[in-house]
Amino acid sequence: MIATVMFYLLGAVALGATGLAIIQRNPVYAVIYLVKSIFALALIFYLLGAPLVAALQVIVYAGAIMVLFLFVIMMLEITPTSATQCTAPGWAQWSPVLLLALTLVTLTLLLIGLDPLASEGVPRWHASPRDFGYALFKEYALAVKIISFQLSFAAVGAFHVGMTERRRAQLEDES
Amino acid sequence: MHVIRGIRGTFQPFWVTLRNMFRKPVTIQYPEEKQQLPERYRARLILTRDPDGAERCVACHLCSAACPVDCISMQAAEAEDGRRYGAWFRINFTRCIFCGLCTEACPTLAIQVTADFELAGRDPLKLVYEKEDLLVDHCGNNNSYNFYRQSGIGVAAPRGTNPGETPPADVKDLMP
Amino acid sequence: MSEMLVTLALILGKLLFIFGVVLFMAAYLVLAERKILGRMQLRYGPNRVGPFGLMQPLADVIKLLTKEDFVPARADKWLFLIAPGITAVTALLVFAVIPFGPTLEIFGRQVPLVVVDLNIGVLYFLGVSSMAVYGVVLGGWASNSKYSLLGGVRGLSQMVSYELSLGLSLVPVIMMARSFSLTDIVMAQQSIPFMLLNPVAFGVFFICVLAESNRIPFDLPEAENELVGGFHTEYSGMRFGLFFVGEYINMVVLGSLVTVFFLGGWHGPWLPPLLWFLFKVLAVCAMFIWIRASMPRLRYDQLMNLGWKILLPLSLVNILVTGAVLLGLG
Repeated sequence: MIATVMFYLLGAVALGATGLAIIQRNPVYAVIYLVKSIFALALIFYLLGAPLVAALQVIVYAGAIMVLFLFVIMMLEITPTSATQCTAPGWAQWSPVLLLALTLVTLTLLLIGLDPLASEGVPRWHASPRDFGYALFKEYALAVKIISFQLSFAAVGAFHVGMTERRRAQLEDES
Repeated sequence: MHVIRGIRGTFQPFWVTLRNMFRKPVTIQYPEEKQQLPERYRARLILTRDPDGAERCVACHLCSAACPVDCISMQAAEAEDGRRYGAWFRINFTRCIFCGLCTEACPTLAIQVTADFELAGRDPLKLVYEKEDLLVDHCGNNNSYNFYRQSGIGVAAPRGTNPGETPPADVKDLMP
Repeated sequence: MSEMLVTLALILGKLLFIFGVVLFMAAYLVLAERKILGRMQLRYGPNRVGPFGLMQPLADVIKLLTKEDFVPARADKWLFLIAPGITAVTALLVFAVIPFGPTLEIFGRQVPLVVVDLNIGVLYFLGVSSMAVYGVVLGGWASNSKYSLLGGVRGLSQMVSYELSLGLSLVPVIMMARSFSLTDIVMAQQSIPFMLLNPVAFGVFFICVLAESNRIPFDLPEAENELVGGFHTEYSGMRFGLFFVGEYINMVVLGSLVTVFFLGGWHGPWLPPLLWFLFKVLAVCAMFIWIRASMPRLRYDQLMNLGWKILLPLSLVNILVTGAVLLGLG
């Protein structure tokens, strides 16, 4: 009972905070709302019986990635944009968002319609760190490897894209 | 060699601080213990008397002119025998910076510094010292100096009445 | 129903106990630090308020409470007001998972001396301590002052850099204890503390803990002689006090964590477990103070070099070696 109430409360907090993060003009506020939303998500994970994912959510997203965002924002000294500076988004900007939202809603409704059991939710279970580790590195080891490879590809790509012409010439001179 | 110096430099400070911890602190616990002040310490100002017991101050205003913070003020007056003295003499110790320039300017050694620095108080008006607060009954750091004997002006009678002296001009009179 | 009420009362009791003890210890750590630092610099330290200056913390609190609670004119008011709270609260929250004694038996009930024995205790500590950086950064940013902002940015990059090595230096501990739960980690050190089994991890963890607590030699975010007061330049009154108390609560918490992870927690001969725990925590805190008295502040490039080029590779190699040794021993 309490868990259900908490779930809906946290869901509302997560949705509200994410919405606020999108409409904030001040980037630092946006980051703080996003952190709040991440926290709510972490607690939802905890409620659903995945404490390890909850902890990782906080450590990785709120503790590292958002902190780096904040770092960049503070170093770049981005001033909040005023209402006169930007125009309201037109249809061209809204249409992808609406399309995505429509797809999501349709898919959810379809899933519930095709499988009536899905609307009742999965039974509550509890994953200890040990179970989680076994699942991650035994059952889904290949998938985890592929994803980590993708991450390193992405890192190399980012390095390549971010390299300036001068640095590239410098490197070629050295070799 | 570099590495050895680095390691020594990292660990030596710990030994130094540990050793210092068991030494007696050099602090002087002020209100209970008092520091032995040097003889020529500059603190509260006094007005001294000459060996005959008369006031040394001749109200020449040199000290108040020398004072960088303008904390000395006085009113000059003339006695029956023509000698000048301060009708009143005031030092505002809330402004005084104890630089001692007044004592260097004083031609009669009247104004002198003492080592008494405990002037703190809650009421600033109590730190404005009048002549009776400043005047002391001793000669300060010079027991023999008497300005009038040194300068040789033996003024005995009022101005203009000595033999061979013309009477002073009346500055407020237009007559030649 | 009554069973649940008793459990609730027990948890509340433990919370109050920890809250009281930690705040008391933080208050007197301030005094102890000032006294020890004073003696190491051939001074006496505070000795006027009460016998041996023992009432000094009370006097400090009264002073801080009666000072003006000042908010700079162009500051971001809400964040400015919230930031000190984040620092103090995150420091206190870590204590929820720290076991400070073995399971007691009171009136036939098993009472573990820990608020919650989370099975992800280590990760909880890492998560909450990574939140502590927000207090520093938001306080520095919201003050709208150059010194504060510089202090905040420095604190941010320093804490993010050292958090990596902090987490990695704990991995060998987790591998040796085979659990994320702090109680299990203490139980695994029944015979030999991990400090002796894995001194490299202990060294890396200790240095990272110093960096996380923003104390000398890693006090670049506040750096009095460069940045006035760093991230808390604009703070006054009890809000400054919260930053200050947060730092000392952090000292107690990190001291307890060093004790739990490497010094064997409450295990020790002859003395009762609680006393052992207290003694070890105080020893670590004394070490912090001694380091503060002896070391100069690092330069910024030295700080980053130490974090990324020495501690991080060292802890990674240490994980590999520990793993190999554990595998070899079976």
